[in-house]
Amino acid sequence: MCNVCGCGHGETRIEGELPAEGAHEHPHEHLHDHTHAHECLHRHADGTLHSHPPAGDHLHYGLGPAHAHAPGLSQARMVSIEQDILARNNAYAAANRRWLTEHGVLALNLVSSPGSGKTTLLVKTIKALRGRVPLAVIEGDQQTNLDAERIRTTGVRAIQVNTGKGCHLDAHMVGHALERLDLAENGLLLIENVGNLVCPAGFDLGEAHKVVILSVTEGEDKPLKYPEMFHAADLMLINKIDLLPYVAFDVERCIEYAQRVNPRLEILRVSATTDEGIEDWIDWIEARLARARAAREDTVDALKRRIAELEARLAAKG
Amino acid sequence: MHEMSLAEDLLALVEQAANAQGFRRVREINLEIGALAEVEIEALAFCLESVLKGSLAEGARVNFTAVPGEGWCLECAAKVPIAALYAPCPRCGGYQVQATSGFEMRVKDLLVE
Repeated sequence: MCNVCGCGHGETRIEGELPAEGAHEHPHEHLHDHTHAHECLHRHADGTLHSHPPAGDHLHYGLGPAHAHAPGLSQARMVSIEQDILARNNAYAAANRRWLTEHGVLALNLVSSPGSGKTTLLVKTIKALRGRVPLAVIEGDQQTNLDAERIRTTGVRAIQVNTGKGCHLDAHMVGHALERLDLAENGLLLIENVGNLVCPAGFDLGEAHKVVILSVTEGEDKPLKYPEMFHAADLMLINKIDLLPYVAFDVERCIEYAQRVNPRLEILRVSATTDEGIEDWIDWIEARLARARAAREDTVDALKRRIAELEARLAAKG
Repeated sequence: MHEMSLAEDLLALVEQAANAQGFRRVREINLEIGALAEVEIEALAFCLESVLKGSLAEGARVNFTAVPGEGWCLECAAKVPIAALYAPCPRCGGYQVQATSGFEMRVKDLLVE
């Protein structure tokens, strides 16, 4: 745990750095406000304090000792709480979203099963947009930095987050990754979530859209089997459509199932190998990039107006 | 195992409340879980047993109240009860149903001392 802000689950690892060893120097800046509620909660079993690893491109959340929670001491009363269990994650997600909006950055959270072709699609997407749009990638996997390395070969900044035993990225991890990414304004942030069609659905990262990728080598009934994810997504990419002649995958039925779960879901058919449909996907992204920029302009303009108002009032008083 | 994350976040909420409201022991935790929420109640109960051990809520009784799922059927232009995200409208049998509630995962209240 970071003993200044109290953040971190005690299991962080950043690529190329030793975990939980060596004090780091403050001040460091956070995109999000830490509630400090968890400061006293996550004490290491061995009594050591976790500290953030220094700057790097690899976050690891699976190496530390198990959390140990100190017992409390001891007339019964009811206390109203009325809070969402995910309140903590949602607060971090809101902070990430605020930062992204203020900087005009479009963040997409790419979710799928393992093996759907997410990383290949990502590389294709980067190649299509590179030079036109500032890009950065957050790669989530349980272990290894293989995917981030694959992305870096395209020349684009990538940060690997290892979730350790965790099955999803959470907003807190993404917040810390954002701090390290040094994202350009009006850019695109692609977040490749852990390959898992279940858990990432419930964890808001602060992204503008979840994009679910389903490949034709999987079953067309996945939208019914894993409905939460297809419900949480705004766009479904049916990937590997070049393989359709060789597999028994009924595209129309897949779309029907997906729209049962989510009638608003948009759908594109793509092949990251043959480039079929990639242009439509890039168009989809560019339309949303334009919206993100416009939203930022609104914010900047609104602030400028506010400053002008305050200056006018100040001038009137003086 | 995202139930484990949920269990840890739940304990964090409880400990935060303990700091703010000055109680030291939690006897009962009352949760509201929506029918469409992405959580398996049995798995969450199992994880909570481990996570609450050694905490101010060790041995607390955890009560789950189910909140029914509800959706808006575009065809019927009406609110309808739904049991699952992929379930058809119980009135018209169509699938143009937008789920609107039943996603709750809330800590309602605590019995403390």
